[in-house]
Parts: sequence; C-alpha cells; structure tokens
Amino acid sequence: MLARGLVKRYKEVLAVDHVDLEVRAGDVYGFLGPNGAGKTTTLRMALGLITPSEGTVELFGADPMRAGAAALHGVAGFVEAPRFYPYLSGRKNLELLAALDGDDARDRIDEVLDTVELAPRAKHRVGGYSHGMRQRLGIAAALLRRPRLLILDEPATGLDPAGMRDMRLLIRRLAQDGITVLLSSHQLPEVQELCDRVAIVNRGRIVYEGGLSDLRAQAGRGYGLRTDDDTRARQIASGLSDLEVGVDPHGALRVHGPEAAIGRLSVALGQAGVAILSLTPELATLEDLFFRLTEESA
Amino acid sequence: MSVAHASPAPIAAERPRARRPSTFTVLRWELRKLRSQKRTYLGLGIAVLLPLIFVLAQNLRSGHPHGGDIIYATYITRSGLATPVLILFWASAFFLPLIASLVAGDVVANEDANGTLKTILTRSVDRGQVIAAKVATAILYATAGALTMALVATVAGVASWGFHSVITFSGTIVSAPKGLLLIAAAYAFYLIPLAAVASIGVLLSTLTRNSAAAVVGTLAFTLLLALVKLIPGLEGAGPYLLTTQYQAWQGLLATPTDWAPILHSLWVSALYAGPALIAAYLIFLRRDVAGG
Repeated sequence: MLARGLVKRYKEVLAVDHVDLEVRAGDVYGFLGPNGAGKTTTLRMALGLITPSEGTVELFGADPMRAGAAALHGVAGFVEAPRFYPYLSGRKNLELLAALDGDDARDRIDEVLDTVELAPRAKHRVGGYSHGMRQRLGIAAALLRRPRLLILDEPATGLDPAGMRDMRLLIRRLAQDGITVLLSSHQLPEVQELCDRVAIVNRGRIVYEGGLSDLRAQAGRGYGLRTDDDTRARQIASGLSDLEVGVDPHGALRVHGPEAAIGRLSVALGQAGVAILSLTPELATLEDLFFRLTEESA
Repeated sequence: MSVAHASPAPIAAERPRARRPSTFTVLRWELRKLRSQKRTYLGLGIAVLLPLIFVLAQNLRSGHPHGGDIIYATYITRSGLATPVLILFWASAFFLPLIASLVAGDVVANEDANGTLKTILTRSVDRGQVIAAKVATAILYATAGALTMALVATVAGVASWGFHSVITFSGTIVSAPKGLLLIAAAYAFYLIPLAAVASIGVLLSTLTRNSAAAVVGTLAFTLLLALVKLIPGLEGAGPYLLTTQYQAWQGLLATPTDWAPILHSLWVSALYAGPALIAAYLIFLRRDVAGG
C-alpha cells in the first residue's frame, strides 16, 4: 500500500493532512495515533470508502477510487468495528460475503471459522454475538478473501484481556503465514509486540514513519548504573566526555551517551576500583516515544 | 508532507484475475437479506389483510351492495372478479405506494445506519452493482406486494361471490377468463408507476441515509403530488403528476382498450423514475461511506 499526499477535508476541518504511508510486503505495520488523529479516515480512503480531497492511494499498484472493487483484490480488513447483518447467522453472513467475493471464497468458510475459533457458534445469529466474537468474525470475513494485505482498525478494542491476547496471537499467526498487516491501534503494547514498522499520526499529520527499532534508537539510550560506590562513580562519569550523568528519583545513577563512552566509563570505574554491580541499557518505551512525538507536534 | 523515514518502493505484486460476482449474485443476496427481516412481512401483511378485511366487510353487509363512485362497487356481489379491481382502485393511491416505500426507503439507508454498507463495499463488487441490485430489490418487493394483494383479492372475491363474467369500465360484460386476464394486465401495468415510487424511495434512501425519513418522504412526496392538482390554477398539471398515473390501468379495463392513458402513463412514470434512478446511482457512486 502506497499513500501519497493524502488529504481529507470536511468543510473547515482538516481530518487528514498530507499523509504519506508505505506498507511493504511482509510488514506488520502499526498505524498509531490518539483518538481522532485521522487513522480511520486514512484507512477508509485506503479502502475506497471515502474520496480523498487530495492525494492518491495505491493497493498493489491500483487506485481504489479509480479501479473500484478491482483494486481491493488481495486486500481485506475492516475499519472501526466490523459490522454484520444481525438477523443472519455468522455462517450466513460469511456465505453472503463469500458470494460478494467470488472466486472460491465460499469453500473457505469452514476453514476461516476454525481459524478464529467460531465454528461452534457459526449457526447462531450475529445479533447474539459478543463484541469479541464479532471482532473475530470480522477477521474471518477478511480471511475469506485470502488477503495479501490485511487492514485492521483497532481489532482489540473492547476485548477483555484474554480476548486481546487471543487477537494478538491470531495476528501474529497471520503475519507468520506471510500476510502483510496494517494494524491501526492506540494500544501501544499491542503495536510494540506485533509491529516492525510504524507510522504515528497526530492531528491528521504523520509525525513519524519507519522502523520501530529506529524510532527507539533515535530517542537516545540511557543506562542504569549500580556500583559499590555511587558517589565516586558519579565523579568519574562526570569527568568523561560525551557522557551525561544524573540521579533518578529513587537515587539510582543514570548515564546517557553513546556506547563508546559507556565502554570508557566501565574501564575507568574498574581502574578506580569501583565495582560495577549492574549497567543496564534502558530503551525508551513506545509509550514514552508516542507521547513525546504527539505532544511535540500538538 | 511529514515523512521522517524514506523507504524503498513497495514490491509491485502481481494481480491475478479474480472471478468477479455478477450483479445477479448481489441481487440474490439482497433478496435473501430481505426475506430474513421481519419488517419485510409488514408490507406483505398489509397486502394480505387489506383484501381480506374488505371481503369480510362486504360479506357482513351482504344483500346491500356498496354504492360508490366506481361501477365495480355495484357489481361486487355479482362476480368475485370485481374485488381485485376495487382493491386496486382503492389501494393504488396509498397502500401500494406505502408497501413500495417501506423497502425502497430502507434498502440503502438501513445498511448505512448499521454500518454494513462498508462491509459489502470492501468486497469484490462495484458500487454500481450494489445500487443496481438494491433498486431491483425495491422494485421486486413492490411487485410482490401488488401481486400478493391481487392474488388474495381474487381468491377471496371468487371464494365469496364466484368466478363469473365481469363488467368493464365501459359497461360491457366480459367473460370470467377474459376478465381475469384483463385484471392481471391492469395490475401488471400498475407496476410501472409503482416502480417509479420505488425509484424515488431508493433515491431518498441514498440521499437521506435515514430509513424513516426516506419512507415517510416517499409517501409525503406522492401525497403532495396528489394535492397539487387540487390547488386552483394547477389543475393543468394533473396529467403530468405521478399520482394521476396510478389510475391509468383503468384504460385496460375499457372496451375497447383505451391506450391513450396507458401510453401517457408510461412516459410520465419514466420521467419520474429515470432522473430518480440516475441521481441515486450517481450519489451512491460518489458518496463517502463514513458511518458505522
């Protein structure tokens, strides 16, 4: 999926502001942002449900606004909560959608029901399904299309902890099967656990796009340091170039600097007879980075 | 633009040809959805109950033929075939348009409100196929309502008063089989202005995205048209109003057949249905599906 310069205006409101996205084959791509940031509007444009005010989207090289349903071949998913006909059973809903998919989608109904573990309830009306069951039926409906790109908008929203865990396991399994996943979420642990690349959107604008590891590296590394003589260690660290040293609220030492400077510090401490009890790299969490980026852009 | 990271171009994946579903497949599922909804049977219930209530009421006052402003009213107990004609005469102005609007006004708006429109529009069918199937569904439902009413009225009328020769609007008597044929033709012809009502209903359903507003709006539109010709100075508009076409079928029950109102009704109905369908199609094709 390739989006270039996507804009969506609703009269005076700029919901999406020149968004560029690039989801590559094999990615598990996190699309992060606070509520109202423009994630769902972007995904709706990607699926051809709403027309961009400016910009283009391509799905495997085809623009859904120009090519219509043909552009969605190999693409599946849902935006916001998946919706079904409540007066039909889960299986009948899937039969309907399989009929609208053509090809051999109908032959895969049993298989996808098994995948999402809904087979025992397939004959029940969707109107009686729990939220989690509907989410899973949404995944099943997407899998009917044998997608190469799966677009999921907040798939774990409203699920209980066990449901969230099951959803993550399912997404990971699908990704391992080779399906490219575009996962919109504001659940940071979910994205941190599943995604290798992310885009962070705030107020309609992308504030970061790239690898999750790159993002965390960009944030700079800190190290927690414990020694048998913290006062002496702090004096030594302060004397070395490229290092910043401080004390956290619990009184523990924290040093910031490139790996080479940290190496020099450990040698210097050893030469001074200060025993290092622990030297622990502390990566910024996605949550730290998310708030830093979204608050900076606000 | 605000990209902080440049990435290589995505791999251009091959796009194998997909076997796309036909519009008939979409229609088949539209009808299946319709059959599964309780509200579908509300309109059909009206179509069944109205003739039954009418026949029952006439039976209760047997021996006192109803005197009305239509020749069939005085003929009702002489032939069961007068019943479907009378029912069509009375139901054509309100009840049958009501039945048609119940589904036509709901067919797009309901899916919009429930969010299922986005579900079907992210499958392998084009928007044009979806709206075509929905229009066909609305017209087929209106047809089912009218034919149900015709069937129930004919069976109940014949059961009560026999399968006898019947009078025409010209006052001549035709045999029962020929009368039955003419009545079938009259109902079939009435479907044309009724299809125009359904088309207007689908337009309002697409436009308003609100089932109740579309159903009421469709009925209000037809009632408004009926009132137009009562306004002094606008009597001349009468022949061009859709509501006037509701009675054009009577030309088929004249001897000889009066083709003038029938042909007139054909193009007037098309004048209402055509723009409504084109507008509904264009709106549906271009609209943002942002609900649900």
